[in-house]
Amino acid sequence: MEPLLTRHVREPNCFTLEFYLRHDGYEGLKKALAQTPEQVIDLVKASGLRGRGGAGFPTGMKWQFVDKKSPNPRYIACNADESEPGTFKDHLLMERNPHLLIEGCAIGCYAIGAKVAYIYIRGEFFHVQHVLERAIDEAYAAGLLGKNVLGSGFDCDVYVHRGAGAYEAGEETALLESLEGKRAQPRNKPTFPAVVGLYNCPTAVNNVETLANVPLILRHGAEWFAALGPEKNGGPKLYCVSGHVKRPGVYEASMKTTLRQLIEGDAGGVADGRTLKAVIPGGSSVPMLLPDQLDTEASFDAVQKAGSLLGSAGLIVLDDTTCMVWLAENLLHFYRHESCGKCTPCREGTDWLHKILRKIERGDGQMRDLDLLASISGNIAGKTLCAFGDAAVTPVLTTLKHFRHEYEAHIRDGRCTLPAEWRARQPVGAH
Amino acid sequence: MSFHPEMAYDATFHKSARTLAEPGEPFVYTAEHRARFDEIVTRYPADRKRSAVLPALYLVQHQQGYVTANAMRYVAGLLEMTPADVEDVVSYYTMFYTKPVGRFVLSVCRTLSCALNGAERVTEEICGALGIRPGETDASGTFTLIEVECLGACDRAPVVMVNDGWQERQRPEDVGRLLDDLRTRGEAALTGCVHVIEGGATS
Repeated sequence: MEPLLTRHVREPNCFTLEFYLRHDGYEGLKKALAQTPEQVIDLVKASGLRGRGGAGFPTGMKWQFVDKKSPNPRYIACNADESEPGTFKDHLLMERNPHLLIEGCAIGCYAIGAKVAYIYIRGEFFHVQHVLERAIDEAYAAGLLGKNVLGSGFDCDVYVHRGAGAYEAGEETALLESLEGKRAQPRNKPTFPAVVGLYNCPTAVNNVETLANVPLILRHGAEWFAALGPEKNGGPKLYCVSGHVKRPGVYEASMKTTLRQLIEGDAGGVADGRTLKAVIPGGSSVPMLLPDQLDTEASFDAVQKAGSLLGSAGLIVLDDTTCMVWLAENLLHFYRHESCGKCTPCREGTDWLHKILRKIERGDGQMRDLDLLASISGNIAGKTLCAFGDAAVTPVLTTLKHFRHEYEAHIRDGRCTLPAEWRARQPVGAH
Repeated sequence: MSFHPEMAYDATFHKSARTLAEPGEPFVYTAEHRARFDEIVTRYPADRKRSAVLPALYLVQHQQGYVTANAMRYVAGLLEMTPADVEDVVSYYTMFYTKPVGRFVLSVCRTLSCALNGAERVTEEICGALGIRPGETDASGTFTLIEVECLGACDRAPVVMVNDGWQERQRPEDVGRLLDDLRTRGEAALTGCVHVIEGGATS
């Protein structure tokens, strides 16, 4: 498939309005404004576009759920808090194709009857904020944003809101809390943001890549979009490949592609002389797949059928030098640090898991610790307000399931069983 | 720095022109920061000023290097919040500093993809070169080292954020050169963001 979202990202001045307009820019917005908002939602529904942030929820349905009867204003909150380890696609889109996102925001606002969209970017993306704000200024100056967009009578403002370093802000209700000037902690659900969202008003929270697909649907039609991928997995998809591969990067493909094509084809496979040990297909929060599952189609449904999740499409590739106990310890350090602290099972549990993993990794573990890890995980998963708890236990459960022998070897031998020269990668002070 | 060869970034944009505040020093925005604050507040509904607390705190940090209690009180007054509400926010988000930091804050990503590519070795090299541990500032007040979680540039691992700028594919053996370059050239020494897209070529 020819790249669509990233077709021009390597060309000079690809981020300017002038360039974007020369390549069908804002044609989707014009087509949207010529229809009723309901028709736009129906079109997005017909395209089968699914949210690219992780859950894969149909975008058209999300927009349809936005409460139209409420007397309050409505909002779009664009989730650009891309923080899932192994994910860096939105970063590229916003930096090189900012107008595509802005056009998507404007169409989204029109569809749900909102006048304001906030793009919540993570605090570390300072340079992206700069690019986005310049693009927004260009769009205002050209009458593509602001009052009476393109003479249609539709008003639309888009603002960038910069977060300040909190993984949890990527959870949709925590993002809204953060936008309201509070700690990024999740809200109880239901009620969902479509009814009670930002400032208690109906809100659609959409990922960057999701909104960036919307102008394509308007330009080329719903059938065209759906036909790009397998059934119910239409449209182009950005895959982030990182870890032990020769050419890590963002690769755009149809979801008809396979994990093998992405890892061994696009990203060049693991280094010469190494073998693939496992792959985490959708950001650090999803279960691992093993080398014999590489021919799995890289679609939401096929990866789920294989026992994992496509999530944010962040493929982390692991070769045979990877110690799985070390990996679980590394990721639990992340989850322990990023747990927002609202729910006790997650706040306390991630700390316990990390302590036990560190102990095993140092060679001080006992066999009963393995049951303890499983027991603590069982007391976190499903017992928290948001999906963070389930995500945090996944690295533990998935490594225990597939690589229990490595844990046992650590405990039995009192040390990591991989060759010493590979330990250059171990955390400071761990050995 | 160049994020994109064709992108005309404002060279002064990433320069931290701040001077560190003394603890207890009173705080008010400079005229320039006050003007930016007034513009930012208009982005949110008039009765929801509190939404501007993160940008308001960034302005504070840009002005004086870290967020003092007096600055929190000042921001609280502007946004009609209590100082406790502001402190609640400051203490939650990792990118606000409540203690003085060095001229360059080196934030080394330690999460999986960077770790697989030697991030711990980068941290060790920095520790060795500066004689500090993560969380500390060197004796000259030039560098503060912190370990951070995933920065979202896993294809260019290991990544080090330096203030608001980026240094990518940082090899452990080149840490000394990076530190020297920062001392002499400031943030201009950084690689910035370099994306790898289809085909694997670097731009």
